[in-house]
Amino acid sequence: MNARRKTSVFMASAMTAALLLAAGCQKKVAPPPPPPPPPPPAAPTATLSANPTSIQSGQSSTLTWSTTNASSITIEGVGYSSASGSQSVSPTTTTTYHLIARGDGGSADATATVTVTAPPPPPPPPPPPPPAMTESIFEQNVKPVFYAFDSYKISSDGQQTLTDSVSFLQSHADLKVLVAGYCDERGSEEYNLALGQKRADAAKDALVKAGIDGSRLRTISYGKEKPFCTEHKESCWQQNRRAQFSLDQ
Amino acid sequence: MTGWQRTQSRFQSHYVSILSALLLLALPAYAPAQDWVHTGTNLGAQKIRLATADFHLSSFDPSQGSGDKQVFDATLFSDLMNAGIFDLVSKSMAPSVAPASPQEIVLTQWSLPPANAAMVAFGTLAVSGGHISVTGWLYDTQNKQTPQVLAQQYNETDSTDAARHIAHEFADAIISRLGGGIPGIAESKLYFVSDRSGSREIWQMDYDGANQKQVTHLGLISLSPRISPDGHRLAFAALDKHGWDIRMYSMDLNRMVHFPGSGSDLSPAWSPDGNSLAFSSARTGDPEIWICAASGYGAHKITSFEGPDVSPVWNPRTGTQIAWISGRTGLPQLYIMDGDGTNVQRMTDGGYATSPSWSPNGQFLTFAWDRSYGPGAPGGQDIYVMDIASKRWIQLTHDIGRNDFPTWSPDGRHIAFQNSQHGQRQIWTMLADGTGQHALTSDGSNSMPNWSWK
Repeated sequence: MNARRKTSVFMASAMTAALLLAAGCQKKVAPPPPPPPPPPPAAPTATLSANPTSIQSGQSSTLTWSTTNASSITIEGVGYSSASGSQSVSPTTTTTYHLIARGDGGSADATATVTVTAPPPPPPPPPPPPPAMTESIFEQNVKPVFYAFDSYKISSDGQQTLTDSVSFLQSHADLKVLVAGYCDERGSEEYNLALGQKRADAAKDALVKAGIDGSRLRTISYGKEKPFCTEHKESCWQQNRRAQFSLDQ
Repeated sequence: MTGWQRTQSRFQSHYVSILSALLLLALPAYAPAQDWVHTGTNLGAQKIRLATADFHLSSFDPSQGSGDKQVFDATLFSDLMNAGIFDLVSKSMAPSVAPASPQEIVLTQWSLPPANAAMVAFGTLAVSGGHISVTGWLYDTQNKQTPQVLAQQYNETDSTDAARHIAHEFADAIISRLGGGIPGIAESKLYFVSDRSGSREIWQMDYDGANQKQVTHLGLISLSPRISPDGHRLAFAALDKHGWDIRMYSMDLNRMVHFPGSGSDLSPAWSPDGNSLAFSSARTGDPEIWICAASGYGAHKITSFEGPDVSPVWNPRTGTQIAWISGRTGLPQLYIMDGDGTNVQRMTDGGYATSPSWSPNGQFLTFAWDRSYGPGAPGGQDIYVMDIASKRWIQLTHDIGRNDFPTWSPDGRHIAFQNSQHGQRQIWTMLADGTGQHALTSDGSNSMPNWSWK
């Protein structure tokens, strides 16, 4: 603004001088004109841009500027600079960069604003899954079957236990189940492994007969290798003669 | 005529009167009903009175003194004591001399009381230049003209193991010569399960309990070791998260080798030609006996009867029969069948019978039997031997706790087994007539012994 107003003042006075000279010429020979005043120094110009004009915190933007007729160029917040150039900036908050170009003909300035936006919020967590199937929930619903001494036959109590388990297994059709056979500590180790296998197979067969897909059921024998109870008495042995169901993961 | 009979006849007349007097004292220990066991297990009815002299130490490494000689003397005495065919003269009854050569031995010192030996073993041991050399003789004390029965020489790089090894070799030579030509077992091995490393792994030891070494390092539960007839491969069963599978360990490569499994495979057994394995598998939903190639492929089922079928063992002489345990009628019983599953024969008449092992000559089965097994029964589980043709049986262990997994030695004269007392399982050994029972292990819990085939 300032530079333009000065320019118009200069133009007006020059035109006035020219009119005066022309009028004088018609009256008499004008004395030799005074030497024209030296042309005033050119006024500086300046441009400044930022690309991009909007960044996220941590990203950077490039300032590009050019000036003419300036002897001193300052960009506030950046420092002294050459007549034209570019520089990368990484403001953490929205910043207006102010370029001032000073020269003999005055000064010019330009501004560019880099808008800093907050990083996007992390994607919302996926909706919580349905409550996970835990061993304890499973075992509350699919209870072990116990066997008589040296037997792999499913007793009537055992059959009832299995029947109670079937609806739970049917309503959780995605669950795979490990059926493990166990024996008490008496008897021979190798034979008990075969007997434990037979107990697991018998429990699996009963579930398959009740409509459970056999491919969901895997059997294993622990014989007397992994007892639930280690005392040497019948109440303990009974605990160990079982088919135990667990999630097969 | 066997070597034993030849040897017998040569010196029988000289010492029969002394020997028969001794035998009269010894005989009541063996009930007459057990004679069939003595003859069938190569133990014989009479034992040769044998003495061993301490070996003469002719030179030795000053840094280790007479250590090797003591190991040699003790191992030789122990091997001959264990052999089951000698009435060994105790060291306290033997002359306290160490004859270095035939020139130095005075046979009457050995043939007269208190030694009364019919045979005497003696010789020289030298350690020099990093080598141990042994010259050993076996002399017939009654044969003044040509007393030499054996003369053997051995030379090895010196070590305590070498001293023990040479003693085993000399003992086996004596046993073979005086025992009817049947090779001794002093260099045979026992494979077994031990938990002393923290998990149940397969271990091995010499037949006398020396050199106990861990074979597998799987960190699983490994059971039922069975060494192949040639001793190169060890089959066993191991439990991982997929279940039980037969595993194969190469004794030559000292590592596991591939063997396919189904997740329900137990109790492997080698055919005597080493080309097949029998095992129990529930891959079709019921534990049955299957046979596959030694590679593990080509498995086919040979039993089809509901109930647990487990613990097969081949007749090692014929390779055409399999004994196994079946719970098809309730409590487990001992059965035999042909290799194709035909001619099934039940051998036991009740109780709870498990863990058969076949005698090398095919004549007997040894197994664990609890004849009064049942809920509330005290349950003594003992080792029995049954004559297959007659189904006669004798009980070999009495009142030493629970016993299981008998395994027959390659010479037919010994049975190792698992003994359990005070909650601790250990490997024991005995002669096949039940005498000479003693423990071979004491560290940790040790079970399921399997004797090498040679």
